[in-house]
Amino acid sequence: MMRIELVKRPQRSALFSVLSPFIAFALTMIAGAIMFALLGVNPLDAFNIYFIQPISEVWQLHELAIKAAPLILIAVGLSVCYKANIWNIGAEGQFIFGAIFGSIIPVLFPQFEGPLVIPLMLLLGMVGGALYASIPAFLKTRFSTNEILTSLMLVYVAQLFLDWLVRGPWRDPQGHGFPQTIQFGDSAVLPELMPDAGRANWGFVFALVAAVAIWLMMSRMLKGFEVRVLGSSPRAGRFAGFGLNRMVFFTFLLSGALAGLAGISEVSGAIGQLQPVISPGYGFTAIIVAFLGRLNPLGIVAAGLVLALTYLGGEAVQSALGISDKVARVFQGMLLFFVLGCDTLIHYRIRLIGVALMKPNAAKLDAAPKLEEAR
Amino acid sequence: MGGTVSANHDRSNLLEVRGLTKIFGTLTACDHIDLNIAKGEIHALLGENGAGKSTLVKMLFGSLEPNSGEIFWDGKAVKITSPGVAKKLGIGMVFQHFSLFEALTAAENIALSLNDGSPISTIAAKARALSFSYGLPLDPDSLVGDLSVGERQRIEIIRCLLQTPQLIILDEPTSVLTPQEADKLFETLERLRSEGKSILYISHRLEEVKRICDRATVLRHGKVVGHCNPREETAASLARMMVGSEVKAVERAPAEGIETAPALLEIRGLTRKPATPFAIPLKNINLTVRAGEVIGIAGVAGNGQGEFFESVSGEVLQQDAGSVRIRGKDAGALSITGRRLMGAAFVPEERLGHGAAPRMKLSENLLLSRHATDGKSFVGSGGMVKNSAVYSAAQRIITAMDVRKSAPDPEAAALSGGNLQKFIVGRELDRKPSVMIVNQPTWGVDAGAAARIRQALIELARSGSAVLVISQDLDELFELSDAIAVMHNGQLSAPLPIAEATFEKIGLLMGGAEPGHAEHSLEIA
Repeated sequence: MMRIELVKRPQRSALFSVLSPFIAFALTMIAGAIMFALLGVNPLDAFNIYFIQPISEVWQLHELAIKAAPLILIAVGLSVCYKANIWNIGAEGQFIFGAIFGSIIPVLFPQFEGPLVIPLMLLLGMVGGALYASIPAFLKTRFSTNEILTSLMLVYVAQLFLDWLVRGPWRDPQGHGFPQTIQFGDSAVLPELMPDAGRANWGFVFALVAAVAIWLMMSRMLKGFEVRVLGSSPRAGRFAGFGLNRMVFFTFLLSGALAGLAGISEVSGAIGQLQPVISPGYGFTAIIVAFLGRLNPLGIVAAGLVLALTYLGGEAVQSALGISDKVARVFQGMLLFFVLGCDTLIHYRIRLIGVALMKPNAAKLDAAPKLEEAR
Repeated sequence: MGGTVSANHDRSNLLEVRGLTKIFGTLTACDHIDLNIAKGEIHALLGENGAGKSTLVKMLFGSLEPNSGEIFWDGKAVKITSPGVAKKLGIGMVFQHFSLFEALTAAENIALSLNDGSPISTIAAKARALSFSYGLPLDPDSLVGDLSVGERQRIEIIRCLLQTPQLIILDEPTSVLTPQEADKLFETLERLRSEGKSILYISHRLEEVKRICDRATVLRHGKVVGHCNPREETAASLARMMVGSEVKAVERAPAEGIETAPALLEIRGLTRKPATPFAIPLKNINLTVRAGEVIGIAGVAGNGQGEFFESVSGEVLQQDAGSVRIRGKDAGALSITGRRLMGAAFVPEERLGHGAAPRMKLSENLLLSRHATDGKSFVGSGGMVKNSAVYSAAQRIITAMDVRKSAPDPEAAALSGGNLQKFIVGRELDRKPSVMIVNQPTWGVDAGAAARIRQALIELARSGSAVLVISQDLDELFELSDAIAVMHNGQLSAPLPIAEATFEKIGLLMGGAEPGHAEHSLEIA
């Protein structure tokens, strides 16, 4: 008989904090192969269709960038929240409100045209996301409510509000009753990066710029230090003179603004109008992206591309094999599950021990793990 | 029950421990410990913080599993797999940190641990009878939250005695008591010994060990370094056994011309309402610390020292800006950063999680308290941190305070308590602050590091700064201070010049003898 025991490491393992996402990815693949096998599909074929084919041509890489852009934008904002130990789960709602605020110009003032339209829309989008994110921040600082619950619940409010808008006041009068706004005018559409090669738009550039900027802030600037101190030891943060309430607002406004920017970029770039549903759950998937990327903005860029691929792969297996595209959700869920599981290895190591341990020579068993640590 | 019979052992020993070893990761906390406790003796377990005393008693009480070694109880080999087994054998324990629910009564707390289903009223009656017979007066119906630390300890002792143990383990019992309360405790212990009970007495206070203990086992770095009769040793020889080398005494040159020196820290009528139901309100505290002097604040833990520190440091702001004045200017409305910019520096009681962020490097922990005061040298344009400047400043402090570490810039949590404390104190000293406020400067710090920290504080004062030291350790305050004030129940007595202060006078004030009127109460004493 053996039993498995977790033994706390004296220090966090640098090796496993790098390896953990890769182990998690490998475990997800194994579990995914079992799932495909149970569905009666050859796992190798399925993997080929799911993970290889969707990125085998240049235009497909553009599609990947379109899907990855909102994920990265939202996730880098969330990474700052989570580093500060503040749990914004409502990026999906902030995404939607960014889209709504940014759409004010093309929907209500379609006659307003010119080069200023896009910058103003983007700005309004960030304002909208930030304003919506300020609600849980205010509730937390004023009434000590749990921001996980409030930010999450506000997602449903935002979804229903958008639904009401596009069916009611903002519905396109010439739209044959379809629940959608008018098509945005030319000057309200986010330009494509390389129109000859594919559809990818400036949203992907915003995502990369945001990732680098946030990385600089977190690793080099006093503000990033403040975030990390308050997140890891709030009392030491207070001793340092950093205010926790200010930090709650800072992280919510920042992540809300980035989610809002993602929202308006998606609507203005990829969709071109408001519809009842504008996101396949980007705000929630971005939580996985943030953790898979180790809450490091540069890691998040890579993680965003991986998760974007799960969306494309989901669509691909649906059309090629007739498997529900919900399989994308399954892959995303398994990834998060395994990432969080593997993170245990950063702080603990696994030890296998025989049950008959409490013998005087038990100390010898400890010698082996000690050697392993000495390396 | 974990008791199994094996070879017979010497029946005159109640407890016999052979080769007990406990390993945590790479640290061998207890390394083949041998220990004999005879029936009817008070046996001291001596050692510095981190010597392995607590680990050893946790194994004896069944809250930790040993990696190897044997325990014999009354001559029979036993395995103490849980506190329940220990209690059934007849081992009782009074912990250093009490495990009592503040919102319950004393009797309810006792009932929780007895867990035998008898009604609270029966338990209360038994507890009352027992407490009187041992001279430990206790009202079983009082709420724990309302009781003093000494009274809470009585609950723990009574709770332990109600289980009629043969061996009672006391972990640093006097660290939270006034000298007078400690005397009471010693009488009780002697009475228990005369009834044939054995006591394992854990302490690092040498005088009291010499006074009440029959034998002593000394631990150092997890190993037994000697058994002795403490009555035949001197405090110095016991200290040598504990520390392994001579500890340099702190030198304190007499302070001169203090009466006319400028007041750098003034506290005027500081009052604070309790922030939580169990917090201590501060009541009209007045204190002046002048350039060049060290003022000590004595007091039993939990009498408002933490609340006082938070108020003076600016972690909590005051209504009245004039209630805290630094270098002659009102500071009560300023945050901790504002007060630091006026020249004050602070060292809180908790090292990990308050004075330092555990998972951050030492250089980052330097930035923690000095990002504003040293803004020019540590933070560049656009809020970018100048990592190399911070790193070299951290190395300067590490060298100046002789901080021992395993890596050039390790995480704070990787340092031993004493070394981290040297760094935290050094971090503030490096600024040459004109006002320095330290809460428990050497709590849990080994003797060598403690002496170094104390010497550094005295030197800071003598160079013209005002130093305020809050401590529960009276020996330390007598070593450091030019005058000692006592905090009791949120009130602060007038400072007593060190030439007039004695343990007895301070002890009376700690017990609550008319705080604020030190002179008057001394006449009574």
